[in-house]
Amino acid sequence: MAHDGTTSGTGNTELVRVATSEHRLARYTLIGLALCFVALFLVLPLAAVFTEALRNGPGEFFVVLTDPETFSAIELTLLVAVIAVPLNLVFGIAAAWAIAKFEFKGKAFLTTLIDLPFSVSPVISGLVFVLLFGSHSLLGPWLQHHGIQILFAVPGIVLATVFVTFPFVARELIPLMQEQGTSDEEAALSLGASGWQTFWHVTLPNIKWGLLYGVLLCNARAMGEFGAVSVVSGHIRGLTNTMPLQVEILYNEYNFVAAFAVATLLALLALVTLVLKSLLEMKYSEQIAASRRH
Amino acid sequence: MTTRTASSLWQFRQPSVIPGFGLALGVTLSWLILIILIPLSGLAWRSSALGWSTFWTLATDQRTINALRISFGTAFLAALINVVFGVILAWVLVRYRFPGKRVIDAMVDLPFALPTAVAGIALTTLYAPNGWIGSLLSPLGIKIAFTPIGIVFALVFVGLPFVVRTVQPIMEEIDKEVEEAAATLGANRFQTISRVLLPGLAPAVLTGFALAFARGVGEYGSVIFIAGNLPYVSEIAPLLIVIRLEEFNYPAATAIAAVMLVISFAMLLIINTIQAWSRRRYGYGA
Repeated sequence: MAHDGTTSGTGNTELVRVATSEHRLARYTLIGLALCFVALFLVLPLAAVFTEALRNGPGEFFVVLTDPETFSAIELTLLVAVIAVPLNLVFGIAAAWAIAKFEFKGKAFLTTLIDLPFSVSPVISGLVFVLLFGSHSLLGPWLQHHGIQILFAVPGIVLATVFVTFPFVARELIPLMQEQGTSDEEAALSLGASGWQTFWHVTLPNIKWGLLYGVLLCNARAMGEFGAVSVVSGHIRGLTNTMPLQVEILYNEYNFVAAFAVATLLALLALVTLVLKSLLEMKYSEQIAASRRH
Repeated sequence: MTTRTASSLWQFRQPSVIPGFGLALGVTLSWLILIILIPLSGLAWRSSALGWSTFWTLATDQRTINALRISFGTAFLAALINVVFGVILAWVLVRYRFPGKRVIDAMVDLPFALPTAVAGIALTTLYAPNGWIGSLLSPLGIKIAFTPIGIVFALVFVGLPFVVRTVQPIMEEIDKEVEEAAATLGANRFQTISRVLLPGLAPAVLTGFALAFARGVGEYGSVIFIAGNLPYVSEIAPLLIVIRLEEFNYPAATAIAAVMLVISFAMLLIINTIQAWSRRRYGYGA
């Protein structure tokens, strides 16, 4: 009679369930609290982005999106991601290969150094490049003399983005490859495969979903980075403005509909990232679980 | 790589048949040095070039001190809030079944995927005095946006997944037998949770707290829209760095950045030590 639908077992299992589960009231309270929190902090902000963008109807929304400045911001964002993500992908694979497949002195220290960008403020990540390449720095006059523009141009934005997204792929791959061990590679090598063959045909297929997962997160951050890019970009409209910077400029001009219209594109990117991420977690959980456990 | 180092007494690495160590480590170290270490040491060099007395004057400027206090204070508060709700959320996701659970599980990662500037303008729209939620609160005299509370709200958003995602996998690994043992020994449910389960989660909770805190201290994009950025009151340290840079006051920007880095590294070190201790004391394997 006291059964609440979820437990339709015998009286015996009911007793066990009661002993290691909460009272129904406590359960509902906790679920309610969690749902309210998620609604307040996650669902509503997302809803606000889309509602504000479409406030004056879809017509104005599309006018904003076809604006040349918006278009150049989209182009720059894609360009930066296309350069920064592969660079950190190659780095991530190399770092994971060295750290996960070998035992050497100073490994823990190296792993700590790789994680370093996570504990550095994005603004400081931008600042270090301003200090390195700015006109008052050691390199500044030399760069100026040779007509090389790094700050307030694409190279600076790429450098800052690479700095900020540095650990993403490596962090995903290291625990995964550590858990897989080296026996597959040793078997391939003993059967006469070369080092590269072993990597392409044995290691890569083993890690591909974890790799994709890392690239997904790296890309989301690369396209969405704001603080670091804001410091090095110089905010030149139509030239060095990425999408997040364009959002800021439009918002500060009280052009809210336009700001939120550009923001919807970034929010859609986030949603696509989340959906792909959940799909990967669902289908290849055993390959990705390794990294989530650390 | 060379046989000589492998056979020497002090071994840099243990011998292995797997090839590519030299190449992989070479790529890793060069990239690390070029992208991370040289730029960061540039910051260290520039701040030491200021000289101690200049550095001290810049670092103890009242506006700087207030900005640092606001950044660290709001990040601490936000991380605490995230520990409470993050543990509840992880518990609900691991233990209970309810409709929409999968969607909520996926939504937890939204702050990782949503660019901070977008989060910033969205939260401001919600919590501004004329916003969706702000307009409900302002008749009651509660102001969230454009006050330090707004900063805390933004940092709660940014830090939430760090706590949930570090606690959740450890919770999944909890052995049911531990709870059963506690129950058979006469503990009620509340005692089992507070005395048996939660202490074991302490290392993971602490890690989540540290990650959320570190992220919150440095956060910029989501905060600047909602903070109101009033000097001495709601101006965060990263914003003050940007303001000093725009004034071409590079020494001040460098000094604030150096102080921020030193404090956050020191705090992470302390937290890591506590964590190592609590892992030895309680810990579930991890």
